[in-house]
Amino acid sequence: MKTKRRSGGEFNASSMADIAFLLLIFFLMVTTIDTDKGIMRKLPPWPDPTQPPPESHIKKRDIFEIRVNARDQLLVEGEYTTIGELKEKTKEFILNNGKNPKLSISPDKAVVSIKNDRGTSYNIYLQVQNELTAAYNEIRENEAMRKHGMTMEDLPKSVQKEINSKYPMKISEAEPENIGGK
Amino acid sequence: MSAKFERKRGKDSPAISTASLPDIIFILLFFFMVATVMRDSDALVTTHVPKATELTKIEKKSMVSTINIGPPVNMHRAKYGTAPRVQLNDKFAAPTDVIEFVENERLKKDERLRPYMTFALKVDKKTKMGIVTDVKQELRKAKALKIQYNAAVRTETLN
Repeated sequence: MKTKRRSGGEFNASSMADIAFLLLIFFLMVTTIDTDKGIMRKLPPWPDPTQPPPESHIKKRDIFEIRVNARDQLLVEGEYTTIGELKEKTKEFILNNGKNPKLSISPDKAVVSIKNDRGTSYNIYLQVQNELTAAYNEIRENEAMRKHGMTMEDLPKSVQKEINSKYPMKISEAEPENIGGK
Repeated sequence: MSAKFERKRGKDSPAISTASLPDIIFILLFFFMVATVMRDSDALVTTHVPKATELTKIEKKSMVSTINIGPPVNMHRAKYGTAPRVQLNDKFAAPTDVIEFVENERLKKDERLRPYMTFALKVDKKTKMGIVTDVKQELRKAKALKIQYNAAVRTETLN
């Protein structure tokens, strides 16, 4: 039996766009594009007041001293430095392996110490943190490439841990001073 | 024959089909639905986060609580001024309120998952470190040691 094909009347779809627009505007209003990315850090635990503060056995050469003042100027190991130079300086310090008597003995002993002013801007503080992370990430990446011929991401978790513990990121932050005022 | 042409020319040109318009809007809609999240609280402070390169994404988004620090938005300037302030949940707070905030956030989460909690600091880049340090000290006191400095992606190099 032959079915008769009738051309159905075209229905008006112009209101569909309006409905979609309403929904779209609703979503634009109630949602945000969230930046859930950032630099992860672990804060040191609050010291127990009943316990005496632990004695530090860190030698001066193993401390990489970064100071940021209220004018956002950087003093690294007593030298005026720009933020762009910080990464290379940090890498040099970590990978010194006892060569330069002023820099670290070995990567696992190296400690980075940051001291900033209460008037330091958050932006420069974060840039310092970023450059330090970049320095450690690059060192670890190079190690992974040199030893295993793979990027950190491709290596198994246990090997990643091994490399991370060979170059542990030790950052100590001193209580900020209040020299620069507000 | 000629009459047929005549008749067509005489009529208005046919209406442009708008049938694909909803499709385009729907594509936009779906993009926004996927790329955004529901706003959980109104922003009382403006937070233009700094840009950085070494960023990690938090895998468990539900384990994150955000602390906003920045100058109050235009609407609240008259009352609260322009000095950076701390926003916890839906209201302005002092740095000393952070301990209570941390406790409340902890109670909301399952006991086994509490060690994985992360506190994201969403701080305006022009803020001075003083207030940020105060908040960090309070976080230490509250034993909330896992933190994240919120930042946006930077592609250009530093000078």
